[in-house]
Amino acid sequence: MQEIRNYTMNFGPQHPAAHGVLRLIMEMDGETIVRVDPHVGLLHRGTEKLAESKPFNQSIGYMDRLDYVSMMCNEHAYVRAIETLLGIEAPERAQYIRTMFDEITRILNHLMWIGSNALDLGAMAVILYAFREREELMDVYEAVSGARMHATYYRPGGVYRDLPDQMSKYRESPWHKGSDLKRINSWREGSMLDFLDAFTADFPSKVDEYEELLTTNRIWKQRTVGIGVVSPELAQQWGMTGAMLRGSGVEWDLRKKQPYAKYAEMDFDIPVGVNGDCYDRYLVRVEEMRQSNRIIRQCVEWLRANPGPVMVKNFKVAPPSRVEMKQDMEALIHHFKLFTEGYCVPAGETYCAVEAPKGEFGCYLVSDGANKPFRVHLRAPGFAHLSSMDTIVRGHMLADVVAMIGTYDLVFGEVDR
Amino acid sequence: MTDTPNTSLAGQLAARFGDTLAITTVRNETVAELAAADLLAVAAALRDEPAFRFGELIDLCGIDYLGYGQVEWDTETVTGTGFSRGVEGQAQGRFDWAGRPRGERRPRRFAAVIQLLSIEHNRRLRLRVFCEDDSLPLVPSLTAVWPGVNWFEREAFDLYGIIFDGHPDLRRILTDYGFVGHPFRKDFPLIGNVEVRYDPEQKRVIYEPVSIEPRVLVPRTIRDDADLMQAKAEAADHWREN
Repeated sequence: MQEIRNYTMNFGPQHPAAHGVLRLIMEMDGETIVRVDPHVGLLHRGTEKLAESKPFNQSIGYMDRLDYVSMMCNEHAYVRAIETLLGIEAPERAQYIRTMFDEITRILNHLMWIGSNALDLGAMAVILYAFREREELMDVYEAVSGARMHATYYRPGGVYRDLPDQMSKYRESPWHKGSDLKRINSWREGSMLDFLDAFTADFPSKVDEYEELLTTNRIWKQRTVGIGVVSPELAQQWGMTGAMLRGSGVEWDLRKKQPYAKYAEMDFDIPVGVNGDCYDRYLVRVEEMRQSNRIIRQCVEWLRANPGPVMVKNFKVAPPSRVEMKQDMEALIHHFKLFTEGYCVPAGETYCAVEAPKGEFGCYLVSDGANKPFRVHLRAPGFAHLSSMDTIVRGHMLADVVAMIGTYDLVFGEVDR
Repeated sequence: MTDTPNTSLAGQLAARFGDTLAITTVRNETVAELAAADLLAVAAALRDEPAFRFGELIDLCGIDYLGYGQVEWDTETVTGTGFSRGVEGQAQGRFDWAGRPRGERRPRRFAAVIQLLSIEHNRRLRLRVFCEDDSLPLVPSLTAVWPGVNWFEREAFDLYGIIFDGHPDLRRILTDYGFVGHPFRKDFPLIGNVEVRYDPEQKRVIYEPVSIEPRVLVPRTIRDDADLMQAKAEAADHWREN
């Protein structure tokens, strides 16, 4: 009898379903996975080492580039670690702004995820709808920071500047003019908060649209129900957090259990799954979008009613205003020192985590009292999740690996750092 | 909930493990330092015993304490050497492969730092294990206790050269295939050693020594945080006035 042997297959690093530069070495028995060995690190940039050679504030921008679809949440972890060591706290308005932008970021991330995951599993339309809403939220990013993605908006001591009074508008072009132009600009007549008000009033109906395309879709369910089942015990053993853990029925969310910013004041629910398969994690993430929408509405309401400072008035940490700098000698010195030498952070160490859209994003910061961090370690949820790949996909079919990569919500900026 | 010595994590740890752990609590974060030899027994107890139940290992990372507290710019006294102070020195990023500091010794240079999370008790704990030997940093592997630590240990091995005894598959993970050295060590140059490019003549990717110059714009300084305290007091005054 002829001997049939397993064969080894290479997947990626250039593969549209790999969500970046993931290389998988798969040992296959026919179409069944026997063993899989993910090779990561193709996007390794040494962010943590780079941060050691720069003053604290100059590394905030690197944080955006870790998980590059949930930018401000990464900044939040890093900035919170610095604030903890400095012993300062951002003003209340800044805390509300951070809460709001964390949730905007969560929606941005989940829109990207739902679109690309559906695309991987054969549903073309969802990504087109998801990017329609993503574009609106990108404009909100741009309105506060000037950048659509890499915002560098959170700073130790608050946020870089207050929310803008005006929202950017579409200009007239051969494609958008007359009543059409008026329609697409109708949300943008007022301030950014007005825009968000209009957006969040409308967004639940948009989530309904995605659900209509997927939730009861037969093909979608065939590809996700019962695939990649993670038991609660397995999830804890492998250090899973976020939707990967909640999809398995563990009600664990740092926003509720270890609240930071203004989450303790927010009214929202934590969705959990039952079976721990890809479909449950899909349902959890969809519900998270609705809950984020609720949180944004509460923040908008508070921010409308309560103007105030968004940055601490501590010139050792935060720069003085331009006007002060031009008129006051002391302010000029502060400004100069802050942007050349930076500030020294008292010696010590801390671990600060936030509930990023993908799971627990943590920053372990060690300072020896200098103006540069001694050690920054970034705990990326995707790294822990991906390490469980081999255990979970064994015995699944090749096509299910793609479903699994999708449900991990991998972004290689954070996995490789 | 206010913690009494009996209910606080530090108190419980001290009662259970005694002198095995050196426990400090700063800003409500509990840190326990322990010897590498005790790690496995302590880890299993922390995971299983009902008082602790640290079911999740959130993170493990390496750290290199070489150069801890060293500065390039003396801020205590005035010196006569002027402004050139800032551009000399051996701090992070200022040396290349040939000029890397060698032979410098520091007792207890490498450590592995572990962040644990107990979902049941909603508590965190940080463990720090120093490696006794600088030339062969050795820590027992925790893969048998928390399988999820696998990649974190591979990362600490890759970046710091810490060897995890008993790890089933201790390969490099983040750096390139065939990489030489452990890049996050403080005596490894920031600019690296080799760079890679496609050579159209040989029609393949080739490695060459790095062509960039080491350059750091801001000198590393440590200032007494008295001025920070003063700034806090000023800020408090400012709020009172307005």
